[in-house]
Amino acid sequence: MRSRWSYVYFAFYLLLGIVLLFLNNDLSKAVITLMNVIIVLVPLIGTIFGVMYYYNSKEFTELLLAQPLKRSSIFLGQYLGVALSLSMSLILGLGLPFVFYGLFESSAIWDFSLLLITGTFLTLIFTALAFNIALSNENKIKGFGYAILLWLFLAVIYDGLFLMTLIMFEDYPLDKVSLIGTMLNPIDLSRTLILLKLDISALLGYTGAVFKQFFGTSFGLIISFIMLTVWVVLPVLRIIFKSKKKDF
Amino acid sequence: MVTIENLHKKFGKNQVLSGVDLSITEGGIFAVLGPNGSGKTTLIKSVLGMVIPDKGNITVLNENIKKNSDYRHKIDYLPQIANFPSNLRVKELIKMIKDLRKPTNEDQRLIELFKLEPFLDKKLGNLSGGTKQKVNLVLTFMFDSPLIILDEPTTGLDPISLIRLKDLISAEKEKGKTILITSHIMSFVEEISDEIVFILEGKIYFKGTIQKLKNKTDQPDFEHAIASILTDNHA
Repeated sequence: MRSRWSYVYFAFYLLLGIVLLFLNNDLSKAVITLMNVIIVLVPLIGTIFGVMYYYNSKEFTELLLAQPLKRSSIFLGQYLGVALSLSMSLILGLGLPFVFYGLFESSAIWDFSLLLITGTFLTLIFTALAFNIALSNENKIKGFGYAILLWLFLAVIYDGLFLMTLIMFEDYPLDKVSLIGTMLNPIDLSRTLILLKLDISALLGYTGAVFKQFFGTSFGLIISFIMLTVWVVLPVLRIIFKSKKKDF
Repeated sequence: MVTIENLHKKFGKNQVLSGVDLSITEGGIFAVLGPNGSGKTTLIKSVLGMVIPDKGNITVLNENIKKNSDYRHKIDYLPQIANFPSNLRVKELIKMIKDLRKPTNEDQRLIELFKLEPFLDKKLGNLSGGTKQKVNLVLTFMFDSPLIILDEPTTGLDPISLIRLKDLISAEKEKGKTILITSHIMSFVEEISDEIVFILEGKIYFKGTIQKLKNKTDQPDFEHAIASILTDNHA
């Protein structure tokens, strides 16, 4: 992809990483701050870039469609182009400053790699969702609106609704419900995963203990990654399906 | 060469094609005519697989085009509006399309023919409409495919390029190729086409030579013959 935006994005993370390290002077604290940034920002950027790229390259897509190429390979190629370049920006931009700071000798390396892995997953998920929205909406403004709404819903509103349900039904045992609720939102899932890995689950109180019991085990970790993979695979399948039926 | 059977296509509530049956034999220039919004581009895009028909069958060179992309190796297509990615250079675009299809040296000759050398290093976003159309023509004609589809090839071309385009089309015809053209310039159509296909309200209204159309409508010249079809059906 010939996009200067991916360089800007890369430079942003590079700068963020350096600044955080200088201000914190501590790797694991920097990782926590980074988590907060990544959880919110990565999905937002993935969504916006995905939608923007799709609409901007529309003419190009039409040019390609007249060539002897399979539709699925055109759209998957575009998706992977955006998602992978965003992921590369994230991994390199954050990775470089941390590596120079001495990540490899530090104990935070696993926390940090988990952070990058979930960040990459979130990029893949939200770019795929954005492509879905763009494919289903011819109108650019509508497409952008829905994409932003989706991000807002998963990043903010979902948590609110979730919390309200928990308060409303607080007399009932809610461990299972809250576990499932967390699993169904990729942002929440990533956040919980990282928080627990950072061993600050004490902050979460009783639920934290339940969560720790589940996510802390390798079983929980595997289930979580399976969920994240499902979140990637389903939208990608829909991209293929939808693109086969679309008129240009 | 191309067979279309009972083709239906609807965009939302707008029924664009309602039962088109058309068979195009090998060799010769076929002009697809019709008023604005009659479904010419939709028909062509259906043949290319860019528009998925609701109903009907299309075969190109005896291959059913459904769930198939290889047959497009045998088609050169000139899109109606040349919208290229604006941050690519002309040279890069030509190279890229060559990579996608097959190597060819024909582009050099076409670039010379349309005097495009000074523009090769320019970005496509900075080109004028006519120059973009010339790039479009180079991209279409540089592959030696048996079927050529041109959607409004004359848009934006200056008179000298138009003459070169006509020569180019005639030369391709001499090679025994099948060429499908849509155009609103009647003199252009009359000059080059062997047969015309007239689409009206989503159906084939007329198919045959220009002489046959003149006889049918009782008009001495082609332009009036077309006009009389339109007034008879829309007045």
